[in-house]
This record gives sequence, structure tokens and C-alpha cells, in this order.
Amino acid sequence: MWKFFSLDEIKKSLLMALWFIFLTFPIMVIRVNPIYNVVEWRWQNMALVGAGAFFLSFLWRYFLEYKNPAPSKPADDAAVSRSGRFSELLRSSGTRRLAIGAAVILALAFPYLFSSYQVNIMTTALIYVVLGLGLNIVVGLAGLLDLGYVAFYAVGAYSYALLNLHFGLSFWICLPIGAALAALFGILLGFPVLRLRGDYLAIVTLGFGEIIRLVLENWNDFSKGPSGIAGIPRPGIPGIEMSLNASSVFLYFLMIALALFTIMVVSRLRNSRIGRAWIALREDEIACQAMGVDKTKTKLTAFALGATWAGMGGVMFAAKTTFINPASFTFLESAIILSIVVLGGMGSIIGVIASAFILILLPEYLRAFSEYRMLIFGAVLVIMMVFRPQGLISNVRQTYRFKGLQENKEGD
Amino acid sequence: MDYFLELFLGGLTRGSIYALIALGYTMVYGIIELINFAHGEIYMIGAFTALIAASVLNIMGFGPVTILILAMVLAIVYSCAYGVTMEKIAYKPLRHSTRLAPLISAIGMSIFFQNYVLLAQTSDFLPFPSLLPELEILEPYAYIIRSSEVFIILTTFGVMVLLTLLIKFTRIGKAMRATAQDRTMAMLVGVDVNRVISMTFIIGSSMAAIGGVLIASHIGQINFYIGFIAGIKAFTAAVLGGIGSIPGAVLGSLVLGWTESFATGYISSDYEDVFAFGFLVLILIFRPAGLLGKATTQKV
Repeated sequence: MWKFFSLDEIKKSLLMALWFIFLTFPIMVIRVNPIYNVVEWRWQNMALVGAGAFFLSFLWRYFLEYKNPAPSKPADDAAVSRSGRFSELLRSSGTRRLAIGAAVILALAFPYLFSSYQVNIMTTALIYVVLGLGLNIVVGLAGLLDLGYVAFYAVGAYSYALLNLHFGLSFWICLPIGAALAALFGILLGFPVLRLRGDYLAIVTLGFGEIIRLVLENWNDFSKGPSGIAGIPRPGIPGIEMSLNASSVFLYFLMIALALFTIMVVSRLRNSRIGRAWIALREDEIACQAMGVDKTKTKLTAFALGATWAGMGGVMFAAKTTFINPASFTFLESAIILSIVVLGGMGSIIGVIASAFILILLPEYLRAFSEYRMLIFGAVLVIMMVFRPQGLISNVRQTYRFKGLQENKEGD
Repeated sequence: MDYFLELFLGGLTRGSIYALIALGYTMVYGIIELINFAHGEIYMIGAFTALIAASVLNIMGFGPVTILILAMVLAIVYSCAYGVTMEKIAYKPLRHSTRLAPLISAIGMSIFFQNYVLLAQTSDFLPFPSLLPELEILEPYAYIIRSSEVFIILTTFGVMVLLTLLIKFTRIGKAMRATAQDRTMAMLVGVDVNRVISMTFIIGSSMAAIGGVLIASHIGQINFYIGFIAGIKAFTAAVLGGIGSIPGAVLGSLVLGWTESFATGYISSDYEDVFAFGFLVLILIFRPAGLLGKATTQKV
């Protein structure tokens, strides 16, 4: 630690500070007003950048060193055992039961402890939990990089909004319809991209997401265009009148139920025949086909099942906000959902849940610095990836341990 | 016929700008297999630097030609500086991690840069001075082509020729080709891979900056968000041509430019981007590796 304050390190940081002062000079220091042709010089920003870069570069090097210890030193056993102990703790059934119990109590008591504003934020976070788990099927398990996941979310939201507007269908009928339509779109997208690999897949899915959004934006007769659809009813129980507050609490519990359902289904799916086929497909397509897995069917089910959750999330979203327009379904949403999956640790369910809460609640509670929240969000993505690329909770590969075998070895 | 010619030249202009950005994507992809999502932001920063430089120089009383040259040079210098810094911070530490980690890092960088410019400058559209001079010879044809379009097409052509020469005949070009083929092998025969990667970012960023300045003075206004759209389009173009292939990126860009130009001219202007992406999907169904991409058969 102390070696970081040697003269050499200070020199490095000074150089870094100078570099960043140079780098940020035109954009941070000068502000022009081309209409009145005046220039504003903001020298105080230069001092801020210099000081900030100076200190941050110490931290940066320190943490980078911490993450990748120099090869001359003995391997960082402490770090290994620490993370080992942590996941051990996660896996031990006692702590697990305790944690789940605490989470359930907190979740049930939440609407009675906090304001309806907080409840709404939590509902949003839960929607993203469902979205994250859905995308986790496509990206985390099946290894298909989907950058247009928001399209299915839009399909769900618009199917509720439009069916309700034109035919007066209720939320309860629209939830399965939205999910089914999203699944259908999943298959529709799946067919042309079956042959594509990796990054080609990424751009086509991105394009698909943009096409859906642009059609919604421009096809005024169908979707009311950019002005969107307002007055979507909140879900209720037939025969019971609910106040605004009560219905948002109801929605919250509904969302908890949906999230639990998703968690259950996704975790069952992962250990099922099709789930193992997805993982095999992710690891090696050719070997997987050689083992008799139907590639077409497996990929299409991944797209369809992934999209289903987005459809349901979309219906919930429309019901929660009561107003939707195409601006809610931009690429940024897809990027946020993908970040949830990757930050959580691909394929890990607990990780995805945790990172959905972090990524959605972080910007919400950063509203105090509302101007800076997206800046911080971007920086957090980069920093997380640099220092913990495997995500919050790295997915432990399922292994079989043969007790007898180990004993034999020790006997030798 | 005039209308056709106008659309053709408009598409060529568009395609040229896409090509300048798409080359950065495709070169970075060819060398480190990373979709550099923040590349569009580099282009945006280039345009902003040029705008700021041009305004300051204008107030200091320089002539238009000096302003054009100095603004262009500063835009290139700063875009390169940002490109290289970004690589060192966000991609280099991730070189040996999973495939998706650098992509998320790039998306993070893109969001960061957009908001950085938004906060440090403004969210409004800023008028961009038309730095490119008007050509009098073109006066009679003004209804078909503007002189800024001629500048864009000619500059792009020049840059392409320079790039081809650089990659074909210089030492660093050879090193780049070697690294793109097989990074480990290139390292073994003594290529400084880190330098090659930095160099790739420098070349890609400077082309993006040139594109940024040209298109900004052609359209006449910029804001912090221009990089995102242009980046997505250029990425589409790079994939259309076959990502990793340099002639492919140029061809893909031109095809995309013409598709957009003709589709908006003859069919409907509302669905410009839908045509672009729809065309991409169509091409990829029939040629899954892009127009000029090599279909690699995997050996077992």
C-alpha cells in the first residue's frame, strides 16, 4: 500500500493529471455561445479535473494492482479463499434460509413502511428483475447476444394498451396475451437470425429493436405515434374499487408474485433438459449438435421463452405508468437490461436479481444529483467491468463430485 | 433523372460519412474483436472540439481557411487522445476477460461520454459554422449537389486511398494485418501488440473526427446525441459489409447510404432507419457473414 506514495508513483499521477487537463480542456473549460459569439472560460473546472485525476489515478492503480497481483509475488491466496468463503456462505442452506426469510418479510412489509413513491420505485425495480431474468435465458444461458430485448417489452406494453383501447380487454386477459405475442415476436426474430453468430446477431437484434420502436413511432393509425397512449387502466380485482394508493400497492404485490413466479420458472428451466441444452449450445455449438441437440428448436425456444418475460414485464409497465409512448423503448433500455445480466454474473439468478436492484435503485436514489446520475451510471458500468468482469456473483458451474473417487485418491 | 442523380449523390455523401466511422469500428473489431460502442461518441467529441476551436479562433480574428485547417487538426488530435485514453481505461484491463465484459464497458463509456458533453457543454443543438468553402464552379448544379457534398466525397476518397496505402505498405500496416490474423502469433514474431492496438484506435478516431467535422459543417448543427445514431448506423454498415473487412466497411457504408437515400426519396421519409435495418436483416439472411465477409467454416 505504502509504495503507492513513492516519488515515482506521484510522478505517474502528476502526468495523469496533466494528461486529463489536456484532454478535458476544450470541453470542460471552454463554453462557446455561437449565436452571440461569446466564449466563457471556466478555469475552475481545470483545477477540479487536475486534482480529481491526480487522486483517482492513485486509486485506479492501487485497485488494479489488487485485482492482478504482480506475477513475482505469490498468488493472492487471500482473495481466492475470501471469495470462496463468500460463495460458501451463499450456498450454505442455513444462511440462505435466513436471507430468504428476511427478504420475504421485508418485501411484504415494504408498502406499509415506506411511502407510495418508494413502492412505485420498488415496482419498477421488480419489473427489471423479471426483464433481467428473461434476458438471462437468452444471453446468460443460451449465449445469444440480444441487443434488442426492449422490442419484446414494447410488444407487451403495446398489446395491453391497444387491446384495452380498442376492445376494452382487462389486464388479466392481456397479461397472457401480451406474453404470447412477445413469444411470437421472439420466434419471428429467431428465424432469420438462426444462422448468424455472435456480433452479427447483436446488430440484427439491435436493428429489430429499433424497427419495432420506429414503426410504433411512425404508424400513427396503429399506435398513435410519438404522442403515445394514455389512460391505460391499472389492474384491479373485479368488483372492488381501489384508491390510487391501494392500487399501486396491489400492483406491487402483483409484481412480487410475478417476480417469484419468474424466479421459480427460470431456476427450474435452468436445470431442465432444455436448460442444459441452452448451456451446451452456449459452450460449443458443434459439439452440442453432435450430441443430438436440435439447434433450431433450442435457439427458438430460448428466444421465445426469453421474450415471454419481457412481454409480461411490458404489460406490467403499461399498467403501472398508465401511459406509454415509443420513447420508453429505446436502445438505452436494452443496454440497461443487458447490463443487469452481465453485472449480475451471466446465468446467475441471485446475481441478476441483485444487480437489477442496484442498477435501477442507484439512479433513482441518485436523483439528488439528478444531473449526474447517467454519468455515474456509465462510469459504474466501466468500473464494474474493469474490476469485476465476472459480475457480482459468478455463476458456479455445476459439477458432480464422486466421493468414492476422492477417497481412493487419498488412499493412494 | 435529376432527382435520381440528386438521391444518388446524397446517398454517396451519406455513405462516405458512414464509411469514415465504420472503418474505425471494423478495424478495432478486426484487431481485438470488440464492438466499440463508444466509437460514435469519439466522432461527436471530434465535432464538438472543432466547433469550440472554430468559435474561439473566429473571435480571435483568423481567416476561414486557417480556421478550417486548425479546427480539423484539433478535432483529430482530441479525438485520438480520447480514443487512446478510452482504450487504456475501459478496454485494456479487460483484454483477457469474457467476451461480453468489454461490450458492457463500451456501452458504459458511450453513456459516460454523452453525459459528459451534455453536462460540460449543453443539451441544445448548437449551430455549426459552415467551414467548407463554397465552390463557384458548382453554382449551376446547385439543385443536384452542394459543394460541401463534393468536399465530403473527395475527402473520404482521399482518406480511403491513404488508409489503403498505410495498411498495405507501411511497417505498422503490416503489423496491424498480422495482429488481425493471429494476435498470439504476431506477438511471438515480435509485433508490439499494445502499440498496434493504440495505433488502430488513433487511426479509427482520426477518421471519425474527420467525418464529424465534415458532416457537422454539412448539416450545420450538432448536439451531444449525434454520435449515438451515427455510431449505430456505421456499425450496421460495417456488419453489412462483413465486420473486420476494410473494403467491406466501405462497400457496406455506400450500400447503406444509397438504400437510405433512395428509400426515403422514392418511398417514405418516416421509415428511413427501418429501411436501413430491414435491408441489413435481408442481406444477412442470404449472406450471414456480410457482403465481403468470409464465411468461416469451423473445424472440429
